Amino acid sequence: MGLVMADDAKHRNVLAAIVYRLRWWLVTGALLVAFTLWTGEFHQAQTTAILASTLRHSTPLVLGALCGMLGERSGVINIGIEGQMLMSAWAGFMVASATGDLLIGVLAGVAVGMLMGAVLAGISVGLRGDQIIAGTVLNIAAIGITSFFFTQGRTLPSGKLRPIRLGPLADLPVAGRVLFSNKPITYLTLLLVPVVWFGLFRTTWGLRTRAVGEHPSAAETVGISVVGMRYLNLILGGGIAGLAGAYLSLEAVGSFERGMTNGKGFVALAVMIFGRWNPIGAWGAALLFGYASAVQTQFQFRDWLTSDPQFVGMIPFVVTIVVLAGFVGRARPPASIGQPYSRE
Amino acid sequence: MSQVSEATPALEAIGIHKRFGGVVANDDVNLRVEKGRIHALLGENGAGKSTLVNILFGLYRADRGEVRVAGEVVNLGRPRDAIDRGIGMVHQHFQLVPVLTVAENVVLGDEPSRSHTMFDFGAARRAVQELGERYGLEVDPEAVVEDLPVGTQQRVEILRSLYRRADVLILDEPTAVLTPQETDQLLEVLRGLADQGVAIVFITHKLREVLAIADEVTVMRDGRVVGSTTPGETDEAGLAEMMVGRSVVLRVSKTPASPAATVLRVNDLCVDDDRGLRAVNELSLEVRAGEILGVAGVEGNGQRELVEAVTGLRSVVSGIVEMDGHNITGLSPRQISELGMAHIPENREKHGLVGAHSVADNLVLNQYYRAPFARRGFRRMDTVTEHSRSLVADYDIRTPDVFTPARALSGGNKQKTIAAREFSQGARLLVAAQPTRGIDVGSIEFVHQQLIDQRDRGLAVLLISAELDEILSLSDRIGVIYGGRLVVVADASDLDRIRIGRIMTTGSHDTPAT
Repeated sequence: MGLVMADDAKHRNVLAAIVYRLRWWLVTGALLVAFTLWTGEFHQAQTTAILASTLRHSTPLVLGALCGMLGERSGVINIGIEGQMLMSAWAGFMVASATGDLLIGVLAGVAVGMLMGAVLAGISVGLRGDQIIAGTVLNIAAIGITSFFFTQGRTLPSGKLRPIRLGPLADLPVAGRVLFSNKPITYLTLLLVPVVWFGLFRTTWGLRTRAVGEHPSAAETVGISVVGMRYLNLILGGGIAGLAGAYLSLEAVGSFERGMTNGKGFVALAVMIFGRWNPIGAWGAALLFGYASAVQTQFQFRDWLTSDPQFVGMIPFVVTIVVLAGFVGRARPPASIGQPYSRE
Repeated sequence: MSQVSEATPALEAIGIHKRFGGVVANDDVNLRVEKGRIHALLGENGAGKSTLVNILFGLYRADRGEVRVAGEVVNLGRPRDAIDRGIGMVHQHFQLVPVLTVAENVVLGDEPSRSHTMFDFGAARRAVQELGERYGLEVDPEAVVEDLPVGTQQRVEILRSLYRRADVLILDEPTAVLTPQETDQLLEVLRGLADQGVAIVFITHKLREVLAIADEVTVMRDGRVVGSTTPGETDEAGLAEMMVGRSVVLRVSKTPASPAATVLRVNDLCVDDDRGLRAVNELSLEVRAGEILGVAGVEGNGQRELVEAVTGLRSVVSGIVEMDGHNITGLSPRQISELGMAHIPENREKHGLVGAHSVADNLVLNQYYRAPFARRGFRRMDTVTEHSRSLVADYDIRTPDVFTPARALSGGNKQKTIAAREFSQGARLLVAAQPTRGIDVGSIEFVHQQLIDQRDRGLAVLLISAELDEILSLSDRIGVIYGGRLVVVADASDLDRIRIGRIMTTGSHDTPAT
């Protein structure tokens, strides 16, 4: 098991690298899918529901993890993902509600996410403030702003984002509903995972980002702007967190509720760590958490353990704790995270 | 050809001034570096050498003065400006990204790419191979930097400058972290580079290296250039005098030792290193009161593990460590320290001092918890302050006051702080590992004199050093460590430099037939 984070860069063949990175996920995933299919042998509808719900639950987590990853890979801890998502969910909903155009709503969510990223960068990179405090500021500000300016009773005139059926693929049994008739942000997320991976491990931008996150003064001495790279990555990451916010209000729920992110930004950080600061690893981790959430929902549908719904609701969080405690000891974060950078 | 290079130096600094707060780091400094020549910049720590080269590399901006590259006045606002004008720098603390490969580190910032975005691994690898072959600096381009030994990492730093077509190469104390063998290799590489026309600025405070390699020498002291010379015109004593401003005793004078009872006895000691491999193998030694036992050896032959096992920092696999007849194997470092063992650790930043704490706190680090520095669990700060003030005066520790954080001191003053603390508790035995590594000549002289004085007062000293000169000038008896064993232990007068050098590198003490 390669413990060095840079190991992805050693594989020349993209496909080989992805399979290598995914090998444990492939095994785990195959087992879980097999298990689900077995339990659902007589209930194909339920099997499909669990798998589709896994993907839906994982979407905001993957996006949040990608946001955190861009920040941390360049050396800045972002614990404000929760706040970025919440602000974007709110802004996306308000704009979509006012204009009646969902696309403009999504774009507004992304833009507000980027703005939040810029604020984080301004405090933690520009002013060299404490990164944890900067992230906390975002979270608190988001709760306050979204609660204060939220007006009850608004709706989306055009309803929420609708599934796009990918032609005949959507008619396949199980896979058709799980993979090929999703809504736009879910498709976009599935696309972003390999794109961010490629960016981090195959482009000069990615090499520089990782160099800045590991050893900023080394990057500076070869003429890379540490401050510039950190601003860029935090703003890009903010945009991705913004997409997660738009997903929540415009694709999943179709309205805004106070505190609707409900800890997803923090679970996303756990997902990022469990995925070892690697987009594909994080995607696998998010699917695992998504699966736990989906199973929990199924428990409730089937009236299992209904005497204690809080207990069932705990399942995804217990999985988080067990997984983090069991696996993360071996992961190594970028070396410079948490430290403000200055030249002299 | 030579006429041209005489007229226009590769790099020239004229009238450089730089001040940090109230401290003048560079005062009207001039430096002239010729193409194809090795120019040593010599000076004690704090003399302003690093400030000057950081200005030449664009990391700092001079308050006044100008820099000329090949005769042309340049404005170096950032490292990039210096790189673009062919100036390369090998930093004292390597500027390499540990988790990236050699090839990635070499090309970082000027990456070969396809369509301006995709990083071209193949081209990076080929570039490193070609440069390595051309300049005799072969390194595996695919190796991850953190897995490489220090000497190889330094080659990667040099390759990185060459990749950017540097024709002026600045090296900031490049030998401070190298073993003697690695130092020799480096000096060879530098000579080769100079022969190919590269101008080299070589910062050091090791006189032997200056005499061995430099074509020209500029000496700095207190922020000024105090003289320029060539190795042909001077010798070690002359250079040391220019550097320190007074004549320096390079070889401490000492009377023969009068050893008394055995203080430290190590018997058949076996110790494993961090990877679980046997580092010290059935090693036995004795140190008596009033003598210095010097352990010479190339680094990595078990010295570190030996020191850690003796001082209680590392667990022992088998064997016995005795002090004054008591078995101290397996005792905690504090118990051992209270029995009268003092320790000057190899890594003073990491194991010798708490950088964020004050000089005063560091001076009582081994006694802070007991009377007179604490009573009933409360620290007595007046006593601590008073005690540390007197130590600062006695040991000539240069610090603004005793409340300054220890990390703000220079290397030499840090070492004096550690020495003051360790000598002040009335120890019976001192274990000193690389006690003068990376500190200036004045401080080296001071530490050496202290070791001799303490020996004369009956202290037993176990001295571990990679500097052969240090071992030879201080030790009463010398042991050579190789592969975790003491190959030979003899009176200092029975061993000479050549013989010890041979044992250090081969592990064999058989005299070859001549």
